[in-house]
Amino acid sequence: MLKSILSLGTAMALTAGAAFAESHAMTVRIGTEGAYEPYNFINDAGEIDGFEKELGDELCKRAELTCEWVKNDWDSIIPNLVSGNYDIIMAGMSITDERDEVIDFTQNYTPPSESSYVAASEDVDLEGGVIAAQTATIQAGHVAEGGATLLEFATPEETVAAVRNGEADAVFADKDYLVPVVEESSGELMFVGDDVPLGGGIGIGVRESDTELKEKLSAAIGTMKDDGTLNEMIVKWFGDQALTFE
Amino acid sequence: MSCYETIADYAFRSLGFGERLLPRSDFTLCQHFVLIGSGLIWNIYFGTVALLTGFILAITMALGKASTQPWLRWPAEGFILLFRGTPFFIQCFFAYFVFLSLKGSYAFFDSFTAAWLGAVIVLFLNTAAYSGEIFYGALRSIPKGDIEAADAYGLHGWKRFRRITFPTMMRLGWPAYTNEAIFLFHTTTLVFFSGFPARQQAGDALYYASYFADKTFNPFVPYPILAFYFILLTLCIIGVYSLIGRRLNRHLPQETRAKFRFRPQLIR
Amino acid sequence: MFEYCTDPQELEGLTWLSCYLTTGVHFLFYWAFGKVLLLLAIAAPSALAFGFLGAMAARSLIAPLRWFGKAYISVVRGVPDVAFFLFFVIALDQFFEWTRHQVKCPDWDQPIRQGNDFLVCPAAKLPLNTAPEWQHETYGFLLAVLTFAIVFGAFAANVIFGAMKAVPRAQMETAEAYGMTRRQSFWRVMVPQMWVYALPGLSNTWMVLIKATPLLFLLGIEDIVYWARELGERRTARFSDYPHEDWRMWYFLALLIFYLGFTLLSETVLRRLQLRLSRGQATAAGEAQRKTAK
Repeated sequence: MLKSILSLGTAMALTAGAAFAESHAMTVRIGTEGAYEPYNFINDAGEIDGFEKELGDELCKRAELTCEWVKNDWDSIIPNLVSGNYDIIMAGMSITDERDEVIDFTQNYTPPSESSYVAASEDVDLEGGVIAAQTATIQAGHVAEGGATLLEFATPEETVAAVRNGEADAVFADKDYLVPVVEESSGELMFVGDDVPLGGGIGIGVRESDTELKEKLSAAIGTMKDDGTLNEMIVKWFGDQALTFE
Repeated sequence: MSCYETIADYAFRSLGFGERLLPRSDFTLCQHFVLIGSGLIWNIYFGTVALLTGFILAITMALGKASTQPWLRWPAEGFILLFRGTPFFIQCFFAYFVFLSLKGSYAFFDSFTAAWLGAVIVLFLNTAAYSGEIFYGALRSIPKGDIEAADAYGLHGWKRFRRITFPTMMRLGWPAYTNEAIFLFHTTTLVFFSGFPARQQAGDALYYASYFADKTFNPFVPYPILAFYFILLTLCIIGVYSLIGRRLNRHLPQETRAKFRFRPQLIR
Repeated sequence: MFEYCTDPQELEGLTWLSCYLTTGVHFLFYWAFGKVLLLLAIAAPSALAFGFLGAMAARSLIAPLRWFGKAYISVVRGVPDVAFFLFFVIALDQFFEWTRHQVKCPDWDQPIRQGNDFLVCPAAKLPLNTAPEWQHETYGFLLAVLTFAIVFGAFAANVIFGAMKAVPRAQMETAEAYGMTRRQSFWRVMVPQMWVYALPGLSNTWMVLIKATPLLFLLGIEDIVYWARELGERRTARFSDYPHEDWRMWYFLALLIFYLGFTLLSETVLRRLQLRLSRGQATAAGEAQRKTAK
């Protein structure tokens, strides 16, 4: 059985490989989470959509690459990159030292972002209260270091839900993620406390050995920064008050 | 930092004692072992509490299902079907939502959304259903002659149950019940994995294993360590259960005693 | 889907619901049910095959093979299935690619492990990087099937091993008396008879298998749990035409009902199969059937 499954997979890969190898110069598979509005999410039609989808497609056009989008769970998004199941990550991933040790990043495509607290009332205790954050994010790490009680959830949506239902006093997440949440909540939720700058902005995650691809993408981001299209895109997806590049 | 210090700092981290911050970089094998082992305390807590409390409900359910009274039988049958027929993973998710909405209306349910209580309740109901089915099967296979002999000696009602039916039922159901216990401990790894949030980074063995996998981006070290701990735990469970099993069978001649190895008849 | 769905904000009640339940995402959700059933349909016989091989290994006369069989059965059963699912798929994938690399690119001079990266030559990639997305998904799906088969194969091996032992000794002795070799008596006497002893245990393994499918999303498959979570989430009008509150409870209720129904169906089928298999067997159930038939 093992053998037949194996050879079935091999046979399919072989036949398809021969047919497609010539028609595409270079296919780059982009891994994303699909659950982080407005960076990346699944729209009503069931397709990947969002700021990063639009940006990624534009970058691929400029770098003359054929791109394919792949969804992957946040928890295993880096192991699957280094294992070669896709080639780059565009999933709202902030550039941090920890991650930089394992993978490489292109230059950032959003300015170093702010993380903010959102709560259901003004007078919550951010120092000693219960703060919700997504497991394995820089925000979770930040809360764990402080005095507050950290409550971890698997998805960003659950962290906001925890504040709504009173499980947590506040949620700590990327400001860009929280802005539409607060706007749509019709006054139920609000920003509290000061924003905290964390990470070095969001960049494309690349395998350390893929220097050439990294340079290509960095260059493409550079041209988009220069001609202002990147800023336009940021404003389109994150609103007028969003941080843009100078 | 020596391994001894790591043990001092993190051995009870899962309960909230010791060093507050988890290691952030330069992870050593020692840290892996200590923290994942620390998380195992939760698995043992969940498993033991659920097994002990679930046992009583399981007996009730088994007797209920075997009852001739429909108003006793149907609830027991329904309960067993509901919990055996659905995955724990989804039960857990669901229980969390239910507890949340109950909490909204009644202050009494405040602690139910925390894993130490909420998850134990789900595990308790879960194991009660599985063990109930096992004991029901055992009850039905009690040799007719045993009951007839009890009648002949004038044993009735509660006395017959306590002296004859119950011990025989235990004896017959014990190997399958051992398996159920092993599975239950395995199931406890799903608690923090779905539904119940971890508080202050205090979680079970799987929680810490995935913490390491996430920080080192290497799943090949922490998960095998987790597997190692669970094999140890499984061996301990088999040890304890075979001791009890031997006691249940102590009146039987040596050769007819059932051997308590990992039994072929698994029940989940 | 329907023509009146162009402007969902205007709709109400059942019409709104009919549009909502027929969006593209919902079809992905429905398709995920098919995926789960397909996985079960492939994984169950594969697990049975693994189980059979495992049981044969465990009762082999060759010591190392026997040790291997026994270790497979007890180690895999002693570990929670989640622990396997979390690293097995990547491990299997790397193993296959590494093997292909050895075969296809013998003169590749760069190391496969460069720091954290796992790099095989492009020709050894599974599937090739240029392959269309459906092939990647199929490959991922097959890896998941294989993982399930290995894990639940150990459970099946344990059951089959016990069932082989449960075949009455007299039957095997008779076979020997007729001059059958060990191999002949195994295939002609033991294997046909053991199924009736194995079926209760195998039925249970099947039930365990059904209830392990919600963990599929750990193996990189977008399964029903993944979509139930995704769809149930609170939606805002900004990113969706169908804004709604947190409906995860209802989606999970639907999953509970699905699993309950599936379990009930399986139980009925397995009970009939047990009756069918007991026919003419030297067991209490077979005896009872013989008596009523008279």
